[in-house]
Amino acid sequence: MTQPKKKTTIILFSGDYDKAMAAYIIANGAAAYDHDVTIFHTFWGLNALRKEAPVPVQKGFLEKMFAKMMPRGADRMGLSRMNFAGIGPKLIKKVIKKHNAMPLPQLIGMAKEQGVKLVACQMTVDLLGLKPEELIDGIEFAGVAAYLADASEGNVNLFI
Amino acid sequence: MMNVAKVLDAKGLACPMPVVRAKKAMDELQSGQVLEVHTTDKGAKNDLPAWAKASGHTVIDMKEENGVLMFWIQKG
Repeated sequence: MTQPKKKTTIILFSGDYDKAMAAYIIANGAAAYDHDVTIFHTFWGLNALRKEAPVPVQKGFLEKMFAKMMPRGADRMGLSRMNFAGIGPKLIKKVIKKHNAMPLPQLIGMAKEQGVKLVACQMTVDLLGLKPEELIDGIEFAGVAAYLADASEGNVNLFI
Repeated sequence: MMNVAKVLDAKGLACPMPVVRAKKAMDELQSGQVLEVHTTDKGAKNDLPAWAKASGHTVIDMKEENGVLMFWIQKG
């Protein structure tokens, strides 16, 4: 019974609420399948890991602009389709509630609870001017080599 | 009558929660014990058997009553 666990790795590149939701649903399902699961967040996907409250940190002008223009946290992310300047997410959250599905922030919490490894790509964290203290607790920082180490043993590898 | 060690009420929950809850409940059982799952998620009709098979468990029985799907899954 002690075979090595199967592995699932997901690269979350997108910063869209719906795509992140798909990624986190698959991650939670894979964890229930008893896989070792890693979500590697890069570029806009990092916004899913941002804390909702602003964190006072020292930043340059460009970094401040990026911080302002990007959504602060999973709940503020927009939709990939039918965003309608922010009305789309409100509607989808209504529908999520109606169908008793889990909203993205809860899916992220559930993933953490299930032991899904959440990784922030250090290079893009730096590019977008994010500071570690602006991201939620319990995540790791790594690069392409760490991702490949997981993915080369992966049974399911996705790019979302 | 089979010996049900635990009943999981997953009614009203949507994907992926029935499988997530089933996994949690199964972790608390011993090999050979049976978990009874109630769910209203129609996707679970395929999801739970697929999860059980991949996790080494056996679906002993399954039925549908008034829109509620019931599964009896024996831990492998």
